[in-house]
Amino acid sequence: MIAALPNPTRSAPPAGQVRELVVVSGKGGTGKTSVVASFAALAQRAVLADGDVEASDLHLVLAPRVQRREDFTGGRRAKIDPAECLACGVCAKLCRFEALPFDGPGHGNVARTYRVDDIGCEGCGVCAEFCPAGAISMVESVGGEWFVSETRHGPMVHARLAAGHGNSGKLVIIVRDQARRIAGETGRSLIVVDGPPGIGCPVIASITGASLALVVTEPTPSGAHDLLRVLKLAKHFDLPAAVCVNKWDLNPAMTGQIEREAAEAGAAVAGRIGYSPAFNEAQRQSRAVVENGDTQTAREIRQVWANVQRLLS
Amino acid sequence: MKIAVASGKGGTGKTIVATNLAVTLTRHGQSVAYLDCDVEEPNGHLFLKPRIRTEGPVVWLLPQVDAERCAMCGVCARFCHFNAIVCLGERVLVFGDLCHACGGCALMCPNKAISEVPHRTGTVRTGERDELGFVEGLLNVGDPSAPPVIRVVKQAAPEADWTLLDAPPGTGCPVVETLRGCDYVLLVTEPTPFGLHDLKLAVDLIRALELPCGVVINRVGAPFRELDEFLETSGIEVLARLPDDRAVAEAYARGELICDVVPGWRAEMDKLAQRLSSPACVMTS
Repeated sequence: MIAALPNPTRSAPPAGQVRELVVVSGKGGTGKTSVVASFAALAQRAVLADGDVEASDLHLVLAPRVQRREDFTGGRRAKIDPAECLACGVCAKLCRFEALPFDGPGHGNVARTYRVDDIGCEGCGVCAEFCPAGAISMVESVGGEWFVSETRHGPMVHARLAAGHGNSGKLVIIVRDQARRIAGETGRSLIVVDGPPGIGCPVIASITGASLALVVTEPTPSGAHDLLRVLKLAKHFDLPAAVCVNKWDLNPAMTGQIEREAAEAGAAVAGRIGYSPAFNEAQRQSRAVVENGDTQTAREIRQVWANVQRLLS
Repeated sequence: MKIAVASGKGGTGKTIVATNLAVTLTRHGQSVAYLDCDVEEPNGHLFLKPRIRTEGPVVWLLPQVDAERCAMCGVCARFCHFNAIVCLGERVLVFGDLCHACGGCALMCPNKAISEVPHRTGTVRTGERDELGFVEGLLNVGDPSAPPVIRVVKQAAPEADWTLLDAPPGTGCPVVETLRGCDYVLLVTEPTPFGLHDLKLAVDLIRALELPCGVVINRVGAPFRELDEFLETSGIEVLARLPDDRAVAEAYARGELICDVVPGWRAEMDKLAQRLSSPACVMTS
């Protein structure tokens, strides 16, 4: 279920001085969204984009007022007319996605028919093309929705993938395209993207053609392991990367090791943030950490932001 | 019994729960297979430290065009809904990143100029830790599609009383691929606004797949009423509440199994294993 990624020649940023910072992590739950929310508050005149379309959370802090809503017509699905199905099984034999179980309703001539499993169907159209009875058609499906909104820290583009739908990479591309359009129209020079976890298609769709990837990680075996894979991905797509270790004091020795390994992999070290309840406290009040008092954590995030700005310029 | 351990939000503790539960079930005398289906970032091996016995490639079929036979008719490009094959006047280009390997172009080509050739997209390893069977998948860095690797991980699973599938975060295709064919979903969440929001998304997905589910709340600290209200309204059972404890975070940071070093956790995992073993668990959800 790969999303339609753009080919690299089409994904280059538009001309001009718009810079695009993408915050990713490899491992989930390292604090990406909390860091992005603080960056949103610290950056003057940025466009914000939530690239984690499967489990987006940035809107919980930034409370966007939706100005525009659009359906995401992410693809199509096969549809079988049971009355026309001859139960010959050609469709199921050709389907690579095991999306045509033989448990549809019967009719006059046949006891059972083939049925489309909407969750498994990728919309390739092979079954419809080769059905000898012409019983299968392809129908457009709404795979989610996307929004252009206003927040207290500037415009924001966000989205929601419908439950069980594929093509999240394609939706991420729409979100980034809209953010670039807004940056161009409003003369804003920075886009901050809250990226998804992992290294797969939505992550690739989030980072290709960006200016800088900030990887937020943590000093745990998982965090260290996943960081190296995400740095390799950034290198694969020729993207400069920087690393920030969150909860660094949980394991200071591993933090040092992570920073050394990151530097060896060609990434800049953007700073450390200590293990702190400030993240959850701010989240529960729908505020960014830097909006919730001058805490030690807020100061650490400001320092990371200052370093990231230097790397972006 | 096939149980997927999933979450929506990343970093809520899926792997910590799945690995500790797997070891606990083996200590109760059950046969257990742990499958790491988070093939983009598999971490179970860091805590289970299994002995790896086999390692094999995951192969994905990509179209290859024989220029001698190609008549540049463009039928393949018109058929491909994913724009993965394009006809540019003098040659046909294949974009592997976009290809879904549906086989449509090869079937459509009137000149039989397209064949499908294997491309290695990942690795699957199998092994064990004492009585616990272990399988993990690893997607090649730069390849976009996790589901083909997850399919092979599931095929490689040894027979066992319990199969625990450690799912990736999110609600997209890799999660769907992991959940297909499971009997039950164990959702791990945390009592925060982000955790609750993503839990709701995960529940929507599970409902669409018509699977029963229960919830483990990790890092329980100050009361978070909204989560309790949501679980009560939706009739979802809370199977365990694991306290927020820096000792757990530190043991995790050292790569240790929590049930070996934090006594409270061992008791909680025992209770969770017993609850899942009772037939009422799946029936009532």
